[in-house]
Formats: sequence, C-alpha cells, structure tokens
Amino acid sequence: MTDQASLYEPLKRSDQIEKVEEESPVSDDYWRSGWRRLKSNRMAMAGFWMLIVLLFMALVGPFLTPYTYYETHLNLKNLSPSTRFWFGTDELGRDLFTRVWWGARISLFVGIMASIVDLIIGVFFGALAASVGKKTEEIMMRVADILYSIPYLLVVILLMVVIGSGITTIIIALTITGWISMARITRGQILQLKELDFIKAAQSMGASRMRVLFSHLIPNAMGSIIVTVTLTVPTAIFAEAFLSFLGLGVQAPIASWGTMASDGLPALRYYPWRLFFPAAFISITMLSFNMLGDGLRDAYDPRLRL
Amino acid sequence: MIKYIVKKVLILLVSLFAVATLTFALMQAIPGDPFTEEKAVPEEILKAMYHHYGLDLPWYQQYFRYMKGLITWDLGPSFKYQGRTVTEIIKEGFPVSMVLGVEALAISIFAGISLGSLSALKHGKWQDRLMMVIAVLGISVPSFILATFLQYLFGMKLDWLPVARWGTVSHSILPALSLAALPMAFIARLTRSNMVEIMQQDYIHTAKSKGLNSFSIIYRHCLRNALLPIITYLGPLTTAILTGSFAVEKIFGIPGLGQWFVMSITNRDYTVIMGTTVFYSAILMVSVFIVDILYTVVDPRIKLVTKKVIL
Repeated sequence: MTDQASLYEPLKRSDQIEKVEEESPVSDDYWRSGWRRLKSNRMAMAGFWMLIVLLFMALVGPFLTPYTYYETHLNLKNLSPSTRFWFGTDELGRDLFTRVWWGARISLFVGIMASIVDLIIGVFFGALAASVGKKTEEIMMRVADILYSIPYLLVVILLMVVIGSGITTIIIALTITGWISMARITRGQILQLKELDFIKAAQSMGASRMRVLFSHLIPNAMGSIIVTVTLTVPTAIFAEAFLSFLGLGVQAPIASWGTMASDGLPALRYYPWRLFFPAAFISITMLSFNMLGDGLRDAYDPRLRL
Repeated sequence: MIKYIVKKVLILLVSLFAVATLTFALMQAIPGDPFTEEKAVPEEILKAMYHHYGLDLPWYQQYFRYMKGLITWDLGPSFKYQGRTVTEIIKEGFPVSMVLGVEALAISIFAGISLGSLSALKHGKWQDRLMMVIAVLGISVPSFILATFLQYLFGMKLDWLPVARWGTVSHSILPALSLAALPMAFIARLTRSNMVEIMQQDYIHTAKSKGLNSFSIIYRHCLRNALLPIITYLGPLTTAILTGSFAVEKIFGIPGLGQWFVMSITNRDYTVIMGTTVFYSAILMVSVFIVDILYTVVDPRIKLVTKKVIL
C-alpha cells in the first residue's frame, strides 16, 4: 500500500526505470508496418527499382563503352544512335551514351549532396528553434519566413551569376535557401510531438533536454524528415538541370544532363536524339524520386500532404 | 484579422527590402565591373563611363541611389544596350510574359480541377489510377523538357502549330501548355485528395439521403469545399509558372521578360539582372500576399500556414 504523499514525489532513477527507457523509443512496428505499406505500393516500388538501376548505370555506364566523355571525333559528328554509338554522338563526335552516364553522376551527386546539406542544416535549425525559448524561436522563424518568401530559383540564379559556375557553387547556391523547408517541417513535427505523453513521461523520469531531443523527438520526427529528403532530391536535380540549361551550370567538358539538353536544343530539328536522351533521363530520375517519395509519405507520414 | 494583415504586410515589406539589399550586395560582390571585358578603352573614357553610371561613388551612396531608384521606379540604364533603360525593358517584356502566364494559369486551373474531381468520382477505378500516373508525370517532367518535346512533336514533325515566335493565339498554345503542366498536375492531385476526403463527410451523406441528385451534391457541396485549399497554392504556382517562363520563352523565342532575363544573365548585364530580379520578386511576393489574404477572407475557419511547391 502506498501512502498518498509519495504520489507527488518524482520517481527515483531506479534500475527498472533505466530499463524502460533503454527500450527503443520508436517501436519497431512503426518502421516495419510502414515498410509493409511501402512494399505493397507498386508505384513506389517501381520508383525504388528505377533508382537502383539509375545509380548502378551511373557507376558502371561510362565503362561500358570504349569512349570517354571528353574524347572528340570530328569525323563522327552528329551520328544517330547505332550499334557502335548506342545513343549517337554530339556535334564534336563525342559518344552520348558515355556522356549521359557521366551526366547521371553529376546530376545525382548534386541532388543528393544538396539534400544532405539541407537535411543537416534544416534539422539542426528546426530542432533548435523548437527547443529554445519562445522569443528566440519567434526571431528564428521570422528570419526563416523572410528567407522563404524570396523566390528560390531567383536567388539561386543570382548566386550562380555572382559566385560563378561549377559543381560546388551549384550545391552552395541550392542549399543557401533550400534548408528552410526542412527546418519548418522538423520544427512543426517536434512541436507536435512535445505535447505527447511519452515525451512528458521521459521528462518526468529526469531525462535531460538533449536526451529528449536526440533519442525521443528527432527519431519520431524521422518519418517526415525522410519523406522530405526524398522529395528534396528531385527539386535539386531539377534546379541543377534548369540552371545548366540556362547556361549557368557545370562547365565543359564535364556535362550534366542540363548542359547536354541545352547543347542539343539548337539541333532539335535534325538531330533530336542529342536532346532526347538527356531530357528523358532528367524526367525519369525526377519521376522515380517523386514516385518513391509519394509512397514513403503514404507509408510513414500520411498527414504530411504534398 | 487586422492584426494578421498588418503582420503580413510588415513581413512583405521586410522581405522586399531584404531582396533588394541582397541583390545589391551580390552585384557588388562580383569582381570587376561591366566594362572590364572591353579591351583597350582609354583611361579618360573609362572614367567618364564610371561617372556616367555612378560607379565611381562609394558603395553606400550607390546603395542609396539604387534604393531611391527602386522606390521611384527608375531602375537605371542597361549596360549592354545603349540608350535603353531597365524600366523600358520591363515595360516591353512583361505584358507578353503576363499574357502567357495568365493563359497557362487558366489552363492549369481548369484542367486540374476537372481531372482531379473526375478521378475523385472514380476513386480506386482505373480512370483514377491513370489520372494519378498522369499527375506524377506532370510533376516530374520539367517545363523546359516538355516545351522542347511539344515543339518537336507538334511544331516540327506534325506541323500543326507554329514552332516558335510570338503573335497570334496559335503561337501561345504550346508554350502555355508546357508551363501549365506542373501546376495542372498539382491542382489535380490536391482536388482529388480533398474531394475524396469530403465525400466521406456526414453532410454529404445527409445530402444524399435527402435525395439530392448527384450533380448538385458534387457541385454545390463537394467541389466548393474541396477548392478552398487550392487557393493557398496559387501563389507558389504562380512562382512555378513565372520561373518556368525563363526557359520556355528561350525555347520558343518569345520576346517576354523571361527571355530578357536569361539574355541579361548571358551578357552579364548587371543592371538588367538586378532590376528584373527585384521586379520578379516583388510580383511573386505580392501575389502570395494577396492569395494569403484572400484565403482568410474566403475561409475564416482555417489558420493560415504558407506552403511551398517545388521551386
């Protein structure tokens, strides 16, 4: 029988409480049931496998031909696709098959790197904003709001004009304002989770702020964070292609899909394959990421719409 | 409500100021100046040119002049096109871009709502699944790729529509379609998910049990409520159409502001880049602002959160 007074005293950190807290805060069931939902989503799985194939070809593709992406053959200009040049050649006689898979490396690298940087800055900023005091949070989110209201692509274009073209500068330009969506989503999720009982329970058991943040709040926000990352990658890939198409992207002889499409545009009437292949792969890549991202969202975060 | 609007106006003003300052700072950060490329210009002429464009002043005076110019709608001369001012260029190019943009927006809203509600009515059937595939395609295929595809197919191969240039309505069909695809897919998805949700609400069951015909249930009860949230996305969708126009106008050779913007980037015509960026930002921010206000007026129940589409 417990006496009434002890109910109001905080619990002592006994072994038993320790054990309860050691158990994974996110139930396995969340990830497993989400995975099951994802696997039964045919569109998402198609996107997933298409991405695997694309990644594989980006690694292996350039070595399947005897040509390099920069080697020119001036007597073999603008050839249509054949058994020798699978995707044809461009105006300098370079093999398009090799160039397309080199381009895949550039595009995927830029997309994934930009998303990782967005993820790190965004989660950090969002989590910080959600855990500091009201005043600081207000200021942080106002700053984010203002940055957010500036049209993304315009800022990126301006930055590219100023800092010059190149892969690193593209990634910098894409991430300078790109992290804000991630920060807002992380903050929103954490604010919601904070009100839930299991967080209150962890706090009342004496878990430190950092512990609550890193082992309870962020893991539980992971679903939305992963979905956002998957949907950030195609945005970044699109932005890179768009910039390169406008002549602000990577420099020759390196080619991304955007620069190849831009080079192929004037030749559209007579040599359509020069535009067709890079354009098709930009679309396929974005499509796969969007299909996978949609599926992940339905599986792990049905509330987060679009 | 008033408090909300005042807060929004303040944020808008601060954002506009931030964009203008950021643009100025970035342009100042570029090494060299617009005349470094032109070789063998005598010292005196260079000095005279600096003086003419006010480039010999210290940066804070330049900044002050620039801000004053923005307020009085005088964006300075173009560096590359002798005797033309940025204001003139905007005046000339913007109407063309606006016609194209409004056309694209109209197509996307009309087609998006029709497709979305159709697929909601056929929820789970093959029409619905087909629609969702089309929508994810529309979101994934960038406008500049769709533009080249349409140009090749309908302009060059089938010869149904003009390949490029600007003038008659038929010139605007292909560019408007390529710009409309992404917003259309977006609106369709949104309409569909909202409709599906609403059709399970009690008041729809009530309407059905009262014996209303399905037409009036769909139009008077479902669609109206499903369309409300779409208003929030009109701001970001305008952004998508506007930025898309940079590439689409280049592809179709349309003499709009987007084409000018891209050309000024290639030419490193800094005053035009600066002026156009600030102009675009202002337009986009104001339209997002109007949409926000409109939404609270139309539906006072919902507390606003601004959302962002890709771009």
